[in-house]
Amino acid sequence: MKKVFALLLALAMVFALAACGEEPADVSEEPAPTESGEESAESSEAPEEPSAEGGIAKEELKVGFIFLHDENSTYDLNFINAAKAAIEELGLTEDQYEFRMNVPEGQECYDAAAELADDGCNFIFADSFGHEDYMIQAAMEFPEVEFAHATGTRAHTEGLANYHNAFASIYEGRYLAGIVAGLKLNEMIENGEITEDEAKMGYVGAYTYAEVLSGYTSFYLGAKSVCPSVTMDVTFTGSWFDETAEREAANSLIAGGCVLISQHADSMGAPSACEDAGVPNVSYNGSTAAQCPETYLVSSRIDWTPYFVYAINCVINGEEIVADWTGTLETGSVVLTELGANVAEGTQEALEEAEAALLDGSVHVFDTSTFTVEGAAVESFMADVNTDENSEGDTEVVSDGYFHESEYRSAPYFTLQIDGITLLDTAF
Amino acid sequence: MNNGKVRVPLLHISRRAALPWYKAWGIRAAAIVLALVVCGLITTLLTGEDPIALYLSMLDGAFGTSRRAWVLMQNVAILLCVSLAVTPAFKMRFWNIGGEGQVLVGCLATAACMITLDNVLPNWLLIIVMLAASLIAGGLWGLIPAFFKARWNTNETLFTLMMNYVAIQLVAFFIIIWESPAGSGKVGIINQQSQMGWLPQVGPNRYMLNILTVALLTVAMYVYLKYSKHGYEIAVVGESERTARYVGIKVERVIMRTMIISGALCGIAGFLLVAGTDHTITTTISDNRGFTAVMVSWLAKFSPVFMVFTSFLIEFLGRGASEIATDFGLNEAFGDILTGVILFFIIGCEFFITYKLHFRGFKTRGAAENV
Repeated sequence: MKKVFALLLALAMVFALAACGEEPADVSEEPAPTESGEESAESSEAPEEPSAEGGIAKEELKVGFIFLHDENSTYDLNFINAAKAAIEELGLTEDQYEFRMNVPEGQECYDAAAELADDGCNFIFADSFGHEDYMIQAAMEFPEVEFAHATGTRAHTEGLANYHNAFASIYEGRYLAGIVAGLKLNEMIENGEITEDEAKMGYVGAYTYAEVLSGYTSFYLGAKSVCPSVTMDVTFTGSWFDETAEREAANSLIAGGCVLISQHADSMGAPSACEDAGVPNVSYNGSTAAQCPETYLVSSRIDWTPYFVYAINCVINGEEIVADWTGTLETGSVVLTELGANVAEGTQEALEEAEAALLDGSVHVFDTSTFTVEGAAVESFMADVNTDENSEGDTEVVSDGYFHESEYRSAPYFTLQIDGITLLDTAF
Repeated sequence: MNNGKVRVPLLHISRRAALPWYKAWGIRAAAIVLALVVCGLITTLLTGEDPIALYLSMLDGAFGTSRRAWVLMQNVAILLCVSLAVTPAFKMRFWNIGGEGQVLVGCLATAACMITLDNVLPNWLLIIVMLAASLIAGGLWGLIPAFFKARWNTNETLFTLMMNYVAIQLVAFFIIIWESPAGSGKVGIINQQSQMGWLPQVGPNRYMLNILTVALLTVAMYVYLKYSKHGYEIAVVGESERTARYVGIKVERVIMRTMIISGALCGIAGFLLVAGTDHTITTTISDNRGFTAVMVSWLAKFSPVFMVFTSFLIEFLGRGASEIATDFGLNEAFGDILTGVILFFIIGCEFFITYKLHFRGFKTRGAAENV
């Protein structure tokens, strides 16, 4: 008797729960009962192309941000700070924005994006590469909401009017940071600490992905432009954020004779390993001077504030956001943080000179006369600009004597493996 | 008082006789209320937020919109599915903590079919193949440690735990093969354009099918454990292997059969995750459910019916805690602290259900009343 009762109870429970879920679903067919009420009513007046006309009064605007981790990740902190700066610059009030942190690169990202849309957000941004597919899924479902995604590759081929990619020509920032590194190496050579042949740098990368390849190659070319004998070892951790792996990778690079370390991974692992070992470090995403006062040289980072301001203003004015937005030195998107205490003499002047040359176009980072692949100069390269399953090259990106990075889409596609750089373990 | 009576310790513990169910549940309810009060206190002391607003935010995070309610139910369904899966083994006193790995290989098998067979088979057949593949993969992952246990009496706790890591590495290996774009270390949504191998939407929401499937599985597991011969054999083996042998139950066979069922059910959970909702494969797709399920199953005393409540409770707490973190701008770790406090009380209260505390003061007073 008790068993039958329990069984009935279970069934009742299940159906009760299912019913609970169903009822509100009907409600959402009508304008949502939350704050989004006014907005969805307004946008339904122009259901075809709400983004093309009218725009949204600034007071009624709401923006949502999705972050992979929280402030403890240098990568996400950089986005969070930029989002706050943009919100302040635009004068949005506290109930006009929403942050969702620690959103994994899976179904949770779609859920988070859809919830933000439910909450009445007109502009939703996600910061991590793996969020892209889920943002596209949400963009298909909410055509009246603008979705933007950093580092993604698919906006220009997807054909969705409300889905956009953004990145910055961070390879220029890495190149400048490379110059700081090269000058430091020169100083070490002059002081007799190392010989010219021992000028070997180490680089901790996350994945063998174009963004990382483009990053370490531009860093290397920057160093090489001032220190011609430099070589570099690169190792990969197989994760964007793995403090232990990054620390171990830096330590093994140092043990392998690298006299200067840089990294493209998001934790404090590599910088703090460098501080412990007393090896100079070029950081990424933001200054690590506070934690690593002795060894911090400089850090390149993308300032996302200009993009956020641009995109949100587009939403306010009812203008179209470009499918691929590439921030540059000029837009203020690519920046270097302050120089560390122990940089080589004359670094500041050299940086100003190089930055001016990059800005006026007299120097290109991926100038094909400055590097070789398997001993030969590169004259042609088909890059995988349009993402497909087999990652086949589809666009010629070498012309006028240089590799045109981030011009055919915002996310990097430089995948050449140039001479002077040794990849230690690509099968992480 | 000091007139030579027997000295009674300040506090002593005795085992309770079976407690009537309403008293047991009363204690559990009191524990939850107490846990919420402590959570409120901690939050107010540490952050200065209003505790009432905190609880409201928790409810809002779980049920605030229909979407949230659906997501919650979907998560409950998957967690419940994994919990159901590990239960027969636990009832048999086979400590299967390899649910994580069994779910993962189920996911892997499903994803493999979706990626390699999407242009070969019609959609309905593809889905059947995916289901079969996930069942076999999960079942096999459960059978391996069971076979070694039955044959050579290896330690199943360590074995199943290690199988988790093998599964994670296997998934990582295939992600590198299937990754798109090259070098990115992610597979992304599989067949996003063609939707081949995606489970169809049933009813008003795309999570409905998963929820219904798990509801059916819950009933089936209840019947299997309570009324089938297999279920009885599992219970006997769990009580005493020797008794089982004495009455002629082939213990080795029961162990292996039960673990195949456990693993296959985990495989189904993986199938529902990949084909039903996520449509991708990552090493973290199972989200530690294989371990959380152990707690769900134990808290429910291995009863599929109570597991509906316990898995709901755990998921509700998780969603609520993360909503608190978002609403009040607190770190995600704060949500984990609250969940930890609540679980501490819930698990701790089982002690008071099994045992009774006797205080010296109460006892003398009680004795006085009796006089």
